[in-house]
Amino acid sequence: MLIIDNLHASVGDKPILKGLTLSVPAGEIHAIMGPNGAGKSTLSNVLGGKPGYEVTEGSVTFRGEDLLALEPHERAAKGLFLGFQYPVEIPGVSNVQFLREALNAQRKARGEEPLSGGEFLKLAKDKAGLLKMDMDMLKRQVNVGFSGGEKKRAEMVQMGILDPAFAVLDETDSGLDIDALRIVGAGINAIMRSPDKAVLLITHYQRLLDVVKPDKVSILAGGRIVETGGPELALRLEAEGYDAVMA
Amino acid sequence: MTLATLPTRRDEAWRYADMDGLARLGVAALDQWQTIDVAAGESVTRCLVVGSSAPELHRFRVQLGEGARAAFFVTNAGGDYTRVEVEVRLARGAHFEFGGVTIGGAGVTREFVTQVVHAEPEATSNQTVRAVHWAGATGNFLGEIKVARHAQKTDAAQDFKGLLLEAGASANAVPQLEIFADDVKCAHGATVGELDEAARFYMMARGVDPATAQRLLVQAFIGDAFVALENEAEREALLDAALAALEGAGL
Repeated sequence: MLIIDNLHASVGDKPILKGLTLSVPAGEIHAIMGPNGAGKSTLSNVLGGKPGYEVTEGSVTFRGEDLLALEPHERAAKGLFLGFQYPVEIPGVSNVQFLREALNAQRKARGEEPLSGGEFLKLAKDKAGLLKMDMDMLKRQVNVGFSGGEKKRAEMVQMGILDPAFAVLDETDSGLDIDALRIVGAGINAIMRSPDKAVLLITHYQRLLDVVKPDKVSILAGGRIVETGGPELALRLEAEGYDAVMA
Repeated sequence: MTLATLPTRRDEAWRYADMDGLARLGVAALDQWQTIDVAAGESVTRCLVVGSSAPELHRFRVQLGEGARAAFFVTNAGGDYTRVEVEVRLARGAHFEFGGVTIGGAGVTREFVTQVVHAEPEATSNQTVRAVHWAGATGNFLGEIKVARHAQKTDAAQDFKGLLLEAGASANAVPQLEIFADDVKCAHGATVGELDEAARFYMMARGVDPATAQRLLVQAFIGDAFVALENEAEREALLDAALAALEGAGL
């Protein structure tokens, strides 16, 4: 579903990704772990198309298409979802309005009929329930006044509503307490665990992987994938640390 | 009284005006004041969408009796120089509310000029102006607040925010406070900035196209100017008029 080949990317003049190669087929949950500064967030931002990140070499193919040639909103319409490490606050715009615009823009781009207000609210209520989030929160402004944990749960509600084929989740577990981690993890499983979907799960810690069991685990260091293994690789990292495992 | 000549930019209230546009309006337009007297305890609300392909000048003189209330909500989206002036005199316990949006491009100047005179104690006023411009256009808010010597417990607030969608557009805020009483609250703030790129990317990452993202962010930005307007249909009409003007903006 996603094929990254020899990807080089820079921020400003600074090269961050230096020949990253990774393939994630449908049905797979692939965890990316790595020390600080390895390029994890750069990878997710490049995949999402954030301005300021320049791809200098290599390619990314998503569902058979050149992902890098698409604008961020076009990538979303093709089924890519980027879960933000730091979800953005948008004062004056409600979650409901934002997500309905987003969903209907995606549907329009795919040649589908827009959802009516009633249909959308029913869907939103459904997905909010999955993440144990109150509908009242969805009527509030996007992420404004939300705690760190609420923002991450709201991200997963968004993912549920938009129903992407592929999710890149950038440290979705950061800032979550133990209960919220379980709720978010269960949400990821419910929304994305499917033979025709896939997830790139960027995380620092094993604890999320206890809930969202990865099929594969890769270590990203120095801008490249240096090792790929099964779930046991994450356990070894947790027990021994990056230096020991990568030595 | 008829003014023999047009004002110049040396006149404080015309400092950022489009003098060419004013000249095309002609001297006679300066005499056309609409006067509104609101009796004690009464309330008046005016919602206006101003602007056309020709210069426009709208001048209001408002007298508020004791405990009276006047509210003006204006979308100024002219295709040529468009200026709205409101002079208000507040008696004891009166309230004046002003919400204004200047929006547009095409190198045009659009402005609000207010003079709020707190002539007696315990009157309140609140002014919220938002300016959204591009393509070399200018948005101005010249707001004068005068508090008379005995007008204690005056509470006056003025808030201006400018959003420039492109380099070359400008926004000017000129708060002028003249306070002769000592037990008063007068607050004013002015900021000018650009569209929040992080918010725009966040929206696009969710599938919202760039034009819709810009519209949503501008709508949120200008919405502040009309929050005090309770009539939802009128509020929608003012917002729609402003957002219609946005159609011509670049991304």
